Amino acid sequence: MTAVLDNGPFTVAPDRATVLEHAPPPPMLRNNALMDAIFRNVTRFFAFLVFSLLAGILLSLLAGAVPSMRQFGLPFLWHAEWDPVKEQFGALVPIVGTLGTSFIALLIAIPVSFGIAVFLTELSPVWLRRPLGTAIEMLAAIPSIIYGMWGLFVFAPVFQLYVQPLLKKTIGQVPYLSGIVAGPPMGIGMLTAGIILAIMVIPFITAVMRDVFEIVPAMLKESAYGLGSTTWEVVRHVVLPYAKVGVIGGIMLGLGRALGETMAVTFVIGNAHQLSASLFAPGNSIASALANEFTEAVGDLYTSSLIELGLILFLITTIVLACSKLLLLQLAKREGTNA
Amino acid sequence: MRIKHAFACAALAATTATSAFATDITGAGATFPYPVYAKWAQAYKQATGVGMNYQSIGSGGGIKQIQAKTVDFGASDMPLAPEDLRKSGLMQFPAIMGGVVPVVKLEGIQPGQLRFTGPLLADIYLGKVTKWNDERIAKLNAGVKLPATDITVVHRSDGSGTSFLWTNYLSQVSQEFKSKVGEGTSVNWPGGVGGKGNEGVASYTQKIDGALGYVEYAYAKQNKLTYALMQNRNGRFVAPTDETFAAAAANADWKNAPGMRVILTNQPGDKAWPITGASYILLHTQAEKPDATRQVLRFYDWAFANGGKMAETLDYVPMPDTVVQAIHASWKQITDASGKPVL
Repeated sequence: MTAVLDNGPFTVAPDRATVLEHAPPPPMLRNNALMDAIFRNVTRFFAFLVFSLLAGILLSLLAGAVPSMRQFGLPFLWHAEWDPVKEQFGALVPIVGTLGTSFIALLIAIPVSFGIAVFLTELSPVWLRRPLGTAIEMLAAIPSIIYGMWGLFVFAPVFQLYVQPLLKKTIGQVPYLSGIVAGPPMGIGMLTAGIILAIMVIPFITAVMRDVFEIVPAMLKESAYGLGSTTWEVVRHVVLPYAKVGVIGGIMLGLGRALGETMAVTFVIGNAHQLSASLFAPGNSIASALANEFTEAVGDLYTSSLIELGLILFLITTIVLACSKLLLLQLAKREGTNA
Repeated sequence: MRIKHAFACAALAATTATSAFATDITGAGATFPYPVYAKWAQAYKQATGVGMNYQSIGSGGGIKQIQAKTVDFGASDMPLAPEDLRKSGLMQFPAIMGGVVPVVKLEGIQPGQLRFTGPLLADIYLGKVTKWNDERIAKLNAGVKLPATDITVVHRSDGSGTSFLWTNYLSQVSQEFKSKVGEGTSVNWPGGVGGKGNEGVASYTQKIDGALGYVEYAYAKQNKLTYALMQNRNGRFVAPTDETFAAAAANADWKNAPGMRVILTNQPGDKAWPITGASYILLHTQAEKPDATRQVLRFYDWAFANGGKMAETLDYVPMPDTVVQAIHASWKQITDASGKPVL
């Protein structure tokens, strides 16, 4: 029988690594485990906090809107009458105002932002890029109430004296389109609110677009240039497809800001609860209706209707976000099949 | 060490500074009396060192905030009905009177040149008269060159006692306005642009060519707006001055009105301005903070005694002495938790 070297637990002479494995860990490593646990739980807590805040806001909006929902039901969404004396409320005018001004804002902002982003990344001389980029970012830093004041005191009179009569003379003469510039030129109204919103939203969309255009690999662009493409062809067929996720994300960011913007819109939209086909007419948006009327709404039904308006805005923003995510998903799927 | 020392000193100074502001009284409500309350508050602070912080958020807001007990007193141009006072446990007293005037922006029109009647204003606000050179306006204003501009009606977008006075008057002179729109701090305006506060209406009326709005007279005077003359109940055309406001207020029967609720629109009298009103202060009858309420009463006591001249420079009408005596008597109903009158 061969003798087996058996020294009990230490069958082999212990080496440095084994000793270190079984010895109590030094203080620094001990703290690391604790720090890891704290870090993990604190970040988990913050994530759940955000989620529970969102749920809390949604629940309190729902609770506040119940009297109005019970009184008016679903037709609240398409009734236009807003009468505090007779206590008849309908959300159509604010909803149309919110969606209309945001649509006008995006219609103006998307091409302009795209142009600025392309200019900054492709066309401008290198020494101009940083100052121009900084100037765009400063536009984003201006508080929205300053935009409202500028809109009311500077932009609206100029708009009323020069631009609106010009629009009436040109578009107003086209047979089917004359309805959108009908009415007296007041300087304020849906179109003015849309233009001010566009100016506010341009910096956000431009910043995102410029960032995604910049990360398009230079080799892709140079290859296209090398094959003889013009700048526009490179932008259209190389840069945009590569960056489209970011572009859509930037547009959704701008849309989110436009939907919720309160003070700038309140100053220039005219605060009138009437529907009109004309862009020159005053209107109302959900945020500006809340800003004007919430502190003074006397009566449970009035307050509840305003809270229901807030809930509707919350839902609109959620739907817009969901649609953008769906769109991105579709794009990704199509890309997968094409590759 | 020096920096820490400096921080400690600054923090200490800040805490002592805040304690000096502890006796400030807070109020919120009507934009109608804001110019005169601001003037009184400034003089009162110089005289006694107690500040008065007033937020002009509209009468509706004032009513809501005093019901929610977030301010020491509320201010409203619309007096509450006795049932509403009882339900909320409030009492009200008038502090100042003034007039609401129609203001316009029109090429070549001077202040005090245009003439309106109540029914005509109701028709304009209902949207039945849309151009400035309409024959109904031209008939009243023979000899005035009226351009063919569209009328842009300006009203209040927030809950306003000034709106209450305006719609109350128009409801009295036009049956159609009464049935279609009614009266109140917020109504379903048939058209036009909404401005926030008297300030907002004044601002829009200054900017939009062809605008017609209504503001408290102090705003028209301070912003140099083009005001118009109005025909009163006796058929005379009167200008908005403290004389015509006082003439309207002279007929008020304060003693017999429950809750001191007196509406001064459309009063008889050759010199009476048709849209006059009093602005009220709202307080709880059961004072939860007796010290703060006492400060409020002391402020208005001082204002009734010393604020008359300041109010008149802004073309408001101070409360007459007989009414002030009745107001002092009404303060006895404000008690603290033990049932003792606060002042």
